[in-house]
Amino acid sequence: MKLNLITLAFLSITLFSCSNDDSGPDYSPTEVGLEVPEIFDLLLPAPLIPANNPQTVEGIALGRKLFYEPLLSGDGTQACADCHFAENAFTDPDRFSTGIDGSIGNRNAMPVFNVAWNFNEKFFWDGRALSIEDQAFGPVVNPIEMNNTWPNAVASLQATENYPDLFLEAFGTSTIDSVLVTNALAQFERTLISGNSRFDKHLLGEILLTDSELNGFNIFMDENKGDCFHCHGSDANPLWTDNVFHNNGLDSSFEDLGLGEVTNDPLDHGKFKSPSLRNLAYSAPYMHDGRFATLDDVINHYSEGLVSSSTIDPLMKTVADGGVNLSTEDKADLKAFLLSLSEPEFTTNPDFQNPN
Amino acid sequence: MKKIALLLILAIAFVGCNDDDDSPSNVVMSIVLSQNWDGTNVTAADFGTTEFTNQNGDVLTISKLRYLISKVTLYNSFGDAIELPGYNLVDLSDDNTLSFTKNAVFPPGTYTRITFVYGFNEEDNIDDAYTDLNVAEWAWPDMLGGGYHFMQQEGFYKDTNGAPQPFAYHNGTARVSPGVFEQNFISVDLDGLSINSNSTIDIKMNIAEWYKNPNTWDLNVLNGGLMMNYDAQKKMNQNGQNVFSVDVVTN
Repeated sequence: MKLNLITLAFLSITLFSCSNDDSGPDYSPTEVGLEVPEIFDLLLPAPLIPANNPQTVEGIALGRKLFYEPLLSGDGTQACADCHFAENAFTDPDRFSTGIDGSIGNRNAMPVFNVAWNFNEKFFWDGRALSIEDQAFGPVVNPIEMNNTWPNAVASLQATENYPDLFLEAFGTSTIDSVLVTNALAQFERTLISGNSRFDKHLLGEILLTDSELNGFNIFMDENKGDCFHCHGSDANPLWTDNVFHNNGLDSSFEDLGLGEVTNDPLDHGKFKSPSLRNLAYSAPYMHDGRFATLDDVINHYSEGLVSSSTIDPLMKTVADGGVNLSTEDKADLKAFLLSLSEPEFTTNPDFQNPN
Repeated sequence: MKKIALLLILAIAFVGCNDDDDSPSNVVMSIVLSQNWDGTNVTAADFGTTEFTNQNGDVLTISKLRYLISKVTLYNSFGDAIELPGYNLVDLSDDNTLSFTKNAVFPPGTYTRITFVYGFNEEDNIDDAYTDLNVAEWAWPDMLGGGYHFMQQEGFYKDTNGAPQPFAYHNGTARVSPGVFEQNFISVDLDGLSINSNSTIDIKMNIAEWYKNPNTWDLNVLNGGLMMNYDAQKKMNQNGQNVFSVDVVTN
């Protein structure tokens, strides 16, 4: 009996050792929470983390590497980060991004931050993706973007020396598939959090805003002036977006149906998701089609440029007058306030840069 | 009148006891919220398409209707007042919000009265306090007294030339003058009920009442910028006094 026990113990140790030798790195991912800004903690519900894709140190690191990985594209030349630049709050300074074949899209790349607080869970300008993971499936196979197939993208990653081990560390398997790729990308994207702007610091009592910025905020919150807060957040909603779809009076008819293309409902034609007003200093051009090169253009649109159409949002209540008709001084103050929502450190955060 | 807090676990304990003796049964109730225009049911399917005519003769369509109720309280024949916790932001475009509570267990008795607050009362209308309402863009600007909206009703009316014009009928705290504010919530008290068996209570909002009584609402005059308009806010409050009624369906 004694001999058998010793033998069994020896065998177990041997088997355990063999197992380690065969599979490479252990699968023991370290779960980690998001770094929630203080102002979010005070005012927002907890971020959404899907139970089937928890945040882990290994998953986030892998997602970051994949975000900057051109092997995901059809010809190995284009990564997510080639249209979502960190220095531009993860959008594209070009009005329309250029795909690997030189194809040009018809929408400006959406900035990527604070996605874990999109409680409506509709992504893209038209809301066609229903989770961050779902969103990440799209660009890889979009013919005017990365123009790849998922089997080809996965095969490219599988053939590398390091990715199989990184997937093993993150997900417990070295066999890569598209679900795991998008899970990792989503984990990284959830860490792209911006909540420490001058205005946030003002709300927390850490700094004082200028008179111009404060007046700009009042214009933003004044129903008879800017009336921006019904769609674009407030001191109570530091996301600075409602994550809902609106027709904000850009055109009298629609070449791009936006949400209507997804729902097939004519009442949704020409509606696009409200983008966050954070980091506008870095995310030009503006609107779903990047038609406005400057923030002044945007403010002028709401002030004098509104155009009526069949689905215009009733909140564009001054459309008959072309807009809210702000004075030159009010426009300048509104712009000053809007820029107080930008956070330089977000664009230079070392945790968000290219690790490859 | 005795006011007690109802804990679900306690209620379940009552149910358990019922099985063992002949004591009166608990009452299981659900509360739903419905909307109508002078009796014709209104749902999100009507948004943007169905035309309604208000007391003033304005033809309008609705594209958004959200409102908040809080402090829903049921009263029984034993003098108990049972307040349901929380609040409900009703959004016609989200079916999940059209039900306040499902199959809540109440102590035995005949329930004769339901009260609730349309909006928040002064005690509960706390700046930035409710994170779900913050992300729902439900905050009411500090310059107007802060707290939260009570209702957002939006759509289009036909002006005197028949052209569609936007309106935004938003209700909340009334600003008397800069820095001076007046409470504007409505305490709704509906009695004459007799509920002693499992039932669904339907809290009904007649949208047409917001435009009718006692103030005939002219959308050509009052269509936007109403949040800062003290007179408009108080007229909304007056018209809102008879907006709600209740129906009971025995399950």
